[in-house]
Amino acid sequence: MAAREEKGEDALVAEIEKKITETFEVFDRESNKTVDVREIGCIVRALGCFPTEAEVQKLLEQIEVEEPGGFVHLEHFLPVMTKVLLDKRFQPIPEDVILHAFEALDENKCGYITKDDLVKHLTQGGEPFTQEEMEDMLAVALDPETDILHYRDYRIKLVVDETKTFPFNG
Amino acid sequence: MGCSSSVADRKSENVIRAAILIQKWYRFTMARLEMRRRYSLSIFQSIEYADEQDQLQVFSTFLFSFYLVPVSQIFTSPSAPQVVDEDFSLKEFEKKIAVPDSYYGPRLSFPLTVEDANALLHAFRNEQLLHARYVLQLLSETRRVLKEMPNITHLSTSYSKEITVCGDLHGNLDDLLLIFYKNGLPSEQNPYVFNGDFVDRGKNSMEILIILFILGVGQEISEYILQDHWKQILSLLRDVFSWLPLATIIDSKVLILHGGISDTTDLDFLNALERNKLKSLMRPPKSVTNRQDQVKKKTPMTKPSKHTASQHILDILWSDPRSQNGCTPNKCRGGGCYFGPDVTAKLFERYNLKMLIRSHEFKPEGYEISHDGKVITIFSASNYYEEGSNRGAYIKLNPELTPRFVQYQVSKLTRRQNLRERVGTIESSALKSLREKIYAHRSELISAFAQYDTNGTGRISVNDWAAAMESVLQLELPWRMLRSQLAQMNPDGEVDFMSCFYDLKMGQPIKEVKRKTPLAETLCRYRKDLEIIFNIIDKDHSGLISLEEFSQTWRLFTSHLGIDIQDDSIDKLVLSIDYNKDGHIDFNEFLEAFHVVHRLEKKATS
Repeated sequence: MAAREEKGEDALVAEIEKKITETFEVFDRESNKTVDVREIGCIVRALGCFPTEAEVQKLLEQIEVEEPGGFVHLEHFLPVMTKVLLDKRFQPIPEDVILHAFEALDENKCGYITKDDLVKHLTQGGEPFTQEEMEDMLAVALDPETDILHYRDYRIKLVVDETKTFPFNG
Repeated sequence: MGCSSSVADRKSENVIRAAILIQKWYRFTMARLEMRRRYSLSIFQSIEYADEQDQLQVFSTFLFSFYLVPVSQIFTSPSAPQVVDEDFSLKEFEKKIAVPDSYYGPRLSFPLTVEDANALLHAFRNEQLLHARYVLQLLSETRRVLKEMPNITHLSTSYSKEITVCGDLHGNLDDLLLIFYKNGLPSEQNPYVFNGDFVDRGKNSMEILIILFILGVGQEISEYILQDHWKQILSLLRDVFSWLPLATIIDSKVLILHGGISDTTDLDFLNALERNKLKSLMRPPKSVTNRQDQVKKKTPMTKPSKHTASQHILDILWSDPRSQNGCTPNKCRGGGCYFGPDVTAKLFERYNLKMLIRSHEFKPEGYEISHDGKVITIFSASNYYEEGSNRGAYIKLNPELTPRFVQYQVSKLTRRQNLRERVGTIESSALKSLREKIYAHRSELISAFAQYDTNGTGRISVNDWAAAMESVLQLELPWRMLRSQLAQMNPDGEVDFMSCFYDLKMGQPIKEVKRKTPLAETLCRYRKDLEIIFNIIDKDHSGLISLEEFSQTWRLFTSHLGIDIQDDSIDKLVLSIDYNKDGHIDFNEFLEAFHVVHRLEKKATS
């Protein structure tokens, strides 16, 4: 029994490692098992994890970054990321929690947030958006005629997009 | 007081926490979008590299044996006085081929002038025809001029203020016209260097060649003489390409060549060899005869001694720069190498160079700078894989040799798509290509799957499925990530492998097309080749050819493939596909008959 369990766990680890390697290689632009350190956050998220920027930074501290150039080798990334997935860290947020988050920003509880408020909150508070990130979000999220974010609709739209196309769930 | 401030504190804490959540979640969705974009490009590139190997088998004897010929060129003013010797070919063509009065396309006279060039550009923009005689004359003139050029052309910025360098065009006529529009036509005051890969995927390969040649010396062939002169044109074209120079050097400081360099690149040696004798090296290095051989793909090719001419040419045509030091064999291309910053530095030191400009690799922004600013990759075919996939760019070099990049993107859409829409477009296009490839290798895939399916349940593990896909299709792709788009999984986590061949949207098997499977798969596999041939025959780019023309095409094609197909099966095929019975076939409809798209099924059930 114990032997089979162990085998099961080994198989699980092997499967996880393959997933990580595949994802890593998509970002490996030169096919030499390295990626730019700035892509690590993207890779971690592409694997289904939900870290904050601070958490990504903490993760990077555990991984050796090659200088000059700031590269990360697959062999250094793999064990760290495998543990993250095995421990099921950085789990996704359920939909309703996102909804509550938007509601918290909606001070008047009117079901929408103005562009200015949105920009204020997201570029000054928390882990601020860069200008590019803010513009990107506004381009999709705002109702172009009123410059207002109807957050319920927006959230639904994005959730649908997600589940439709993304496979690495669990 | 204490109470209210802590309520306020808590409130602002909540707001901050909410902001963090939203930011976290947004970054999450953007990362996934980026992932989809990357793997879509990865799909396109892998298929492209794989096709490079397959297609050459068909084309080496037939059409474009210079397919993917990657060489450097320099085009200067067509108005520079050219002494036209009593060139035998020019006169011969004039004598033997009459241009009828009814022909209303451009009529060229030699020596060519700027007016001729303009007339031609105008004609192509308006989709007019160019008579075969002029094509032949133009090609022979081009050959004559090229023969007189050295292997490595030397240019100087002291004549003109700036030199423009363009990268791969891949037959995108729109991009070329855009570049000329933005940057002016080539002339003595406005010299251009075109760095290879002019033709192949784009529809307008012939037009691009003709434009480039006519602009350098100072698509469409009349229906009257299609059969007779096509062969002559091809043979001359092949010859012309063998005479294209290998590299260009500007101000003795900037080296321009198509692929890259290796640690043994010797410019003096390159300058001295007889380039027109090396026609066979113009194809991608790996001549794979069957899939078995492709297993050896991963091991470096057994090369001849590093100092032979062929090795040199392979290196400059097929190498790619990498950020790691050293010079290792280029596994992706099967020829040339990956060269690191140290290789570049050494070459620069040896020849006192300042910059290397090369093309050969797709770049989403149209250009990329590497090796600490020493190496520039320039890619001029915008929207190369799909509408919205990438920008194109060209370089302007001034006498200080500081490069200035001009980016552009030809767009057919009136409204610019947002990022999400663009990724969606690219992704579905990439997946469509991938599914075609899967269908084209159906029989091989089924037997590979069956080997893993020892109990005959029709289901195998994801691991086994991924391994089978990779080994049969020879594409290094993130199969686990793509699995949900390509095959169905049952609740136990096993893959129902036959579902690869279903139309995923319908979730049902396509009614087996009532043709011999090999024919259908063959058509899929050689789709791109067929498309190119089709586009040449389809003179007015209407997307329609007559039944007769189609049969001719098919016969030519299969005879070169060495496939024996009965005449009457072609006729039956043709008739069944001409849905509206108007004597014409839409090429897309024809090919879709063999795709994993439910057109026939719809027809059958309607």
